[in-house]
Amino acid sequence: MRRPVSLYGLTFSLPLLIWQLLFFVFPLVFLIALSFWTVRNFRMQADFDTVNWTTMYGRAIFWQAYGTTLALAAGAAVLTSLLAFPVAYAIAFKLSDRARRWAIMLMVIPFFTSYLVRVYSWQVFLSDAGLINVMLGWVGLGPYGLLNTPGATLLGFVTLAFPLVVLLQLFSLIFIDRTLIEAAHNMRCGRLRTVFAVVIPSARVGLVIAALFAFILSFGDFVSPIYLGGGDPTTLSILITDTTKSGQQWPRAAVIALTMIVTLMVVAFLSIRFAYRGRK
Amino acid sequence: MTRTDKTRSGLTRRATLALGAAALATPMLSRRAFAAPTELTMLAWYGHAEPDMVAEFEAANNVKFVPKYYTGGDNMLGLISQSPPGTFDVILSDAEYVQQLNAAGYIEALDPADYPFDDFFPEFHKFPGHWDGDTLYSVITRFGFLGVAYNTDALTETEASTYDVFWDPRLTGKVGHFDWHLPNLGQISLLNGNPSPYDIDEAAWEAVKEKTLTLRPQVGGFFDYGGTFASLNNGQMLAFAGIGDWITGTLERNGAKVRSVIPEQGGLQFTESFSIGKGSAKADLARKWIQYITSPEGQAKSAQMAAYPCIVPSQKGWEVLAAQNPDEARRQGMVEGPGSAIDLIRTGRIQYRQLPVQQSLEDWNDFWSDYKGA
Repeated sequence: MRRPVSLYGLTFSLPLLIWQLLFFVFPLVFLIALSFWTVRNFRMQADFDTVNWTTMYGRAIFWQAYGTTLALAAGAAVLTSLLAFPVAYAIAFKLSDRARRWAIMLMVIPFFTSYLVRVYSWQVFLSDAGLINVMLGWVGLGPYGLLNTPGATLLGFVTLAFPLVVLLQLFSLIFIDRTLIEAAHNMRCGRLRTVFAVVIPSARVGLVIAALFAFILSFGDFVSPIYLGGGDPTTLSILITDTTKSGQQWPRAAVIALTMIVTLMVVAFLSIRFAYRGRK
Repeated sequence: MTRTDKTRSGLTRRATLALGAAALATPMLSRRAFAAPTELTMLAWYGHAEPDMVAEFEAANNVKFVPKYYTGGDNMLGLISQSPPGTFDVILSDAEYVQQLNAAGYIEALDPADYPFDDFFPEFHKFPGHWDGDTLYSVITRFGFLGVAYNTDALTETEASTYDVFWDPRLTGKVGHFDWHLPNLGQISLLNGNPSPYDIDEAAWEAVKEKTLTLRPQVGGFFDYGGTFASLNNGQMLAFAGIGDWITGTLERNGAKVRSVIPEQGGLQFTESFSIGKGSAKADLARKWIQYITSPEGQAKSAQMAAYPCIVPSQKGWEVLAAQNPDEARRQGMVEGPGSAIDLIRTGRIQYRQLPVQQSLEDWNDFWSDYKGA
């Protein structure tokens, strides 16, 4: 039997609905409309022309940037997850309650500082005359070109996503049923095997969602590809700025943005489906 | 003893009321004496409405500038097109965008008699793009040259005096681009021997593209304004295309080992000029500002702007600068004689940066994106 919508329920669900309409649905509809507009003499004109879609999808640089962005974001998701897991594991299982609270607070602190500043500070370490190359020089190595490389971009993505991924992994690890781990140990399952056979499958949803957030943050990031990657190779976020910087081509930028949104939705859908696979 | 009709403090009722009225009126009086400053909105590159530039004018005219800074002509056009008419009282623009501003009806016509053109070098009396027939739309206030920017520890001035230095094997991975197609491709066009680097036919355009692509293995990155400063300052990039003294001059003033040189193939010239926004309710004040900044004293101040230095078109401004800061006047080539900024223009070594004439802006931009991805 269908339950009638009560005023009480509506009061609590309405703000979310309004929020979604104002800040997601309306801008998205506008973005879709914008992608069919045309630009003449630096001025946008309301239109219905598919030229922006055919132009962008017909350009090799678009697909090249798409592949680069996808690969870098996927790499960042994997790398961040791998680096974050031992940290989250240690906080969840090895620390006392008090130490765990401190560790969580330490993970939150990076959010108090500007991401741009954190990325700029990496330049001090990575440049040819930076701290890493100076230290390598002491043992007769280098200097190596570390800045303005895809590796540096990846490092920036990890800087952006690491604290959040640790926190998300931690919250899923904390709620694992400890009796399962004890049972594994009782059945003479080694520590490493317990991690792979019990801990990771039990925390799968949280781990996948954490990786998904790392992917989402990295996929749309503009700061690291520019200030650590030197804008080379071109990512989709850089391509958007290139497109808007010359000739007011906002409609073409809308095509890139919509492609990014669809990609993120597909990746999110597949990830969540994988995370909940086999669960009822 | 009988009490008289007075308050305990000894004040009469009338005196108390008068005092109260005076107290209430005080803000009105003080408002009249210290009227709130008039806000003047300015759309400009960063630095033009900072205290080192506007504080004196603000104090003298009881004005407060409200700046909106942009990073490039397209960004500027976008900001204007998205704002109601009259939003910006004063608009600073590069020459190639003045025509776009005028065509879109964003700026007011100006009376040339209001501005000190007689103080300017003759080359700037009727600067291309600022006039539509005999109607003036924008007054040039400063300009600069784009050539080869280089690290003085890595290259000598002689080595840097040709665009060919970008292909030097010592600079592999150490050549930076200011990420904007117009100055970079204009420089390659000059290197290819095109006397008008932006007015080239299809064959010459193909040659420019071909030559540019050969530079790609040398390139260490494509940088915005902040990235350009950082990568030159920390020595990450040893040579830079698409910029000039407006970047290296600022760094050099702060002790960085960088400099710019106009190479043998010639340099490009950018200009900055002020217009009055269409529909401005404070056009008189905006005109007063343009008069101030194009006066000899204003020009000397503009040449030394903290954000980035530039050459000024006022001959009398050069004289004031030479008296105030002879070292800076010499450094920027604002002392008349061989090798001075005006001499470089007169000897034909400088070409105006402009929008492509025979190709569309889209063609140039698309190629630039392809080049970056190559």
